[in-house]
Amino acid sequence: MAIFLTENSKVIVQGMTGSEGMKHTRRMLASGTQIVGGVNPRKAGESVDVDGTDVPVFGSVADAMDKTGADVSVLFVPPAFTKAAMLEAIDAEIGLAVVITEGVPVHDSTFAWAYNVSKGNKTRIIGPNCPGLISPGKSNAGIIPANITGPGRIGLVSKSGTLTYQMMYELRDLGFSSAVGIGGDPVIGTTHIDCLRAFQDDPETDAIVMIGEIGGDAEERAAAFIKDNVTKPVVGYVAGFTAPEGKTMGHAGAIVSGSSGTAQAKQEALEAAGVKVGKTPSETARLMRSLIS
Amino acid sequence: MDLFEYQAKQLFKAHGVPVGLGETADTPAEARAAAERIGGVTVVKAQVKVGGRGKAGGVKVAKTPDDAEAAATAILGMDIKGHTVHRVLVDPGAQIETEYYFSFLLDRSNRTFLAMASAEGGMEIEELAVERPEALARIPIDATVGVDKAKATEILTQANFPPEVIDSTSDTVVQLWETFVEQDATLVEINPLARVASGEVIALDGKVSLDENADFRQAGNADLEDKSAADPLEAKAKEKHLNYVKLEGEVGIIGNGAGLVMSTLDVVAYAGEKHGGVKPANFLDIGGGASAEVMANGLDIILGDPSVKSVFVNVFGGITSCDAVANGIVAALGMLGDSATKPLVVRLDGNNVEEGRRILSEAAHPLVTLADTMDAAADKAAELAHSAA
Repeated sequence: MAIFLTENSKVIVQGMTGSEGMKHTRRMLASGTQIVGGVNPRKAGESVDVDGTDVPVFGSVADAMDKTGADVSVLFVPPAFTKAAMLEAIDAEIGLAVVITEGVPVHDSTFAWAYNVSKGNKTRIIGPNCPGLISPGKSNAGIIPANITGPGRIGLVSKSGTLTYQMMYELRDLGFSSAVGIGGDPVIGTTHIDCLRAFQDDPETDAIVMIGEIGGDAEERAAAFIKDNVTKPVVGYVAGFTAPEGKTMGHAGAIVSGSSGTAQAKQEALEAAGVKVGKTPSETARLMRSLIS
Repeated sequence: MDLFEYQAKQLFKAHGVPVGLGETADTPAEARAAAERIGGVTVVKAQVKVGGRGKAGGVKVAKTPDDAEAAATAILGMDIKGHTVHRVLVDPGAQIETEYYFSFLLDRSNRTFLAMASAEGGMEIEELAVERPEALARIPIDATVGVDKAKATEILTQANFPPEVIDSTSDTVVQLWETFVEQDATLVEINPLARVASGEVIALDGKVSLDENADFRQAGNADLEDKSAADPLEAKAKEKHLNYVKLEGEVGIIGNGAGLVMSTLDVVAYAGEKHGGVKPANFLDIGGGASAEVMANGLDIILGDPSVKSVFVNVFGGITSCDAVANGIVAALGMLGDSATKPLVVRLDGNNVEEGRRILSEAAHPLVTLADTMDAAADKAAELAHSAA
């Protein structure tokens, strides 16, 4: 079954005809994703040959959904236009919008989130500033490399892209049901908790790896959620123990201010909820192995 | 990006928020001249991006221009929590009757904007929030609706502002909201928002944080940047569009992806515990496309840091393939020539890793050591840094 994304997902790409959009449309298709169209109002009615697959271009998300039955959109739209693209996806009530774009102003992502809430939360938003999600062997919506590992029974949720890849690699012999990169921005559409809940409910997931990093209190909230709601084994990893206070570490959200948001506080909260927390990615992988063997 | 008080108040003023704002001065003589122009009592305030400057002696009331000059002499050059004072703000003195608090900020936990207001201003808001939480109104703001006069009135009423100031202050609140939105701020704070003898309610202090992701549509942001405070290596990295943060250690770090680089810093710090306590010297995320040029720029910055004794290059080839990274490293070392003098430990995994490792092995550069895992590489880099120290 996997979470959020399955072999039946029909995926469109907003910004497909741009260079990033085209590069990753090619990769998503190659990994078996059902790409049913692209969206670009200036190229509506045209189609694009992607390595032998003819992908139609539609003028709007709504039109693409109407013509193809698409239920997932992946956004490769430059930061200045991401808000409008998100609002279009929300207006069309697509089930899942995966926003890959890095560098989206936080006023735009906060507005889009409020807009989605005001429209009744019909669209699950993942990101922005995220690698997307993959259900190995089924579908891949975003930029996670499909060749790191195959299907398995571990669920992964992470703020960081490359740590997602690293952890998939560490546990490549076991494989994953789904791996979700939720993004490192201060305001994101899908949280650790949303993914934990979905993995808990997913019969194809046996155990969960949760990767966090400094900044905010999402990991602390996730810990409280795990304590009350998650019965499957969870291991955790938190990046940024040695990050200095007040400095932004790449991700806009990865900044420690005062005592809140430190890696130490997150680790303690997770351990108090019964989650085993590794000091390094490889130790985290070992903890997972010892839990499920 | 955090702004200085005077910059924050200039932005407020530009959006119509009433402020008590004088002139900045970089020397005691300029402070005297400013006080003469303003006339009457002035307040000389250290311009630093850190709280608690009043307690540290960074705010002084001056009755005369002589006093202002003396105050500036005392304050300029002062160290406040590690921040050196290079500039003071000479503000007109105000007869404060009551102090209030008001801010708009991003509430990331709840994915919304938040208004915080209190009729009890003046003290540090963190203290107020802990000691008298009931005195601090917190009202979520729907980003799609915003703040109009009616909403502003609602916030001020809930925060127990006295009825006689609510009408005029609600206009200020709307203007502050406009500042928040139009400047792409993540925080606009007035503490104190003061009722002065004339009955007016004005901003006597200001704190603003701006979202750097919005720089593309905020042309004024570049001028607000405090270039003097930036570390020279950080400034150089910024010019090359590299995401670099200088730290206090000996092991230079290059990696791809913010999370992986943060993790690399941790792993190096742990490894350092076994090797004389060496620590990571920097954060450097070269992002997805690790081209030779980006790698060369990165190495150039890191090798320009005299405290660096060894370098750890940690790349997981996701989209980027490892052979491109390996070629980048080889080419970068070629470009840097004799200026590359410190040992490099390279760990590659992921996309096309065999080819990447083969390229580095064949190049057999005397400075480069290949490691199989992140942990082993961190250990080797820490060991090399320790033995070179």
